[in-house]
Amino acid sequence: MYAFDIERPTTIGDAVSALGHEEAQALGGGQTLIPTLKQRLAAPAKLVSLTGISEMKGICTADDGKLCIGGGTCHADVAAGAGAYPALADLAGHIGDPAVRNRGTIGGSLANNDPSACYPSAVLGSGATVITSNREIAADDFFDGMFTTALEDGEIITEVRFPVPEKASYQKFEQPASRFALVGVFVAKYPDGVRVAVTGASEGGVFRWSEAEAALSANFAPEAIEGLSVDGSGMISDLHGSGDYRAHLVAVMTRRAVAAAH
Amino acid sequence: MPQVNMTVNGKSASGQIEGRTLLVEFLRETLGLTGTHVGCDTSQCGACVVHVDGKAVKACTMFAAEAEGAEVLTIESMAAPDGTLNTIQQAFQDHHGLQCGFCTPGMVMSAAALLKENPKPTEAEVRDYLEGNICRCTGYHNIVKAILAASGQDVSAIAAE
Repeated sequence: MYAFDIERPTTIGDAVSALGHEEAQALGGGQTLIPTLKQRLAAPAKLVSLTGISEMKGICTADDGKLCIGGGTCHADVAAGAGAYPALADLAGHIGDPAVRNRGTIGGSLANNDPSACYPSAVLGSGATVITSNREIAADDFFDGMFTTALEDGEIITEVRFPVPEKASYQKFEQPASRFALVGVFVAKYPDGVRVAVTGASEGGVFRWSEAEAALSANFAPEAIEGLSVDGSGMISDLHGSGDYRAHLVAVMTRRAVAAAH
Repeated sequence: MPQVNMTVNGKSASGQIEGRTLLVEFLRETLGLTGTHVGCDTSQCGACVVHVDGKAVKACTMFAAEAEGAEVLTIESMAAPDGTLNTIQQAFQDHHGLQCGFCTPGMVMSAAALLKENPKPTEAEVRDYLEGNICRCTGYHNIVKAILAASGQDVSAIAAE
């Protein structure tokens, strides 16, 4: 690693101030950023650790029924504490391994927007709202391509608000070595329609499969999407699977998610 | 250089660190607690698992500065001061749960975290919990058996010794 200074503020305000420094970088749970620093793929002059900010941790239900998760809440705490949204708790409980889940945070995962990460599919598939240190961003406006989001320099994800669906499920086809999602599909059924969000597959990062959403909104059953397919040309193609294979998996995992939704 | 202060194995510990000093480096190089191993240094293998405020974490993927004020437990905390092995360590010895031994500190610390959360895990739950702990001798069968035995469950029906 290149050398850097590290700060550990205890309030969101102090963290925002610290991030005002040129070449400062926010550090969530560090489960992606620390390996990246070890590879010397990033060279911040200053890291601002967010793990000491207690106001960014925890889970609660808002007056409007939405499930609110602090941006600094680790995956293990979401797995244990998001019982009001079982599909989300289940997703969080299958990220990485137990030790990674004790450090990695929802805010960190979303800010990084890894094309194979699990959380972006839940946020987009739920139509959640990302609350930052200075504004609210709808999920549909947040994700902006692989490793890219609407976040501006120094902006911190302080909370994510999820409307709780009638039924939902996340189904992940794991890449057997890394255990990241080769393809993961999050399906959520709301009174006003179904949302389908796909991670792991596209070179553009997480995306909504709108044809499947329309079909499933009319008939929420696995057979409703028989005959539908996504185009393999924009899909990630690597030694773990071709673009066409990933495109095929998108439909398979969508059907599985619909069948498993509860 | 900044100073960091934490409690390690019940004793207060402090030292000068760089921002980039990893927790595992602080434990091994500053405190001389070399029981915690560095296997892959990429948070895959789990040889460096320690407990921070009661939670299993990979000490190669956390900065020492982030453990400021924390309670840290390492493999050196497991045996009694006179060297008597604790239940999990004894079960690893009884059931040949180690071959080269390199992964063992992490395996024991992960097992301790599991049994604290789930005192009577099934075999499948043990295997699932060890997803982030790699044994390159591939001695998983007896590691799982040792952990089940440490939980007080009968392992006589599990074949291989």
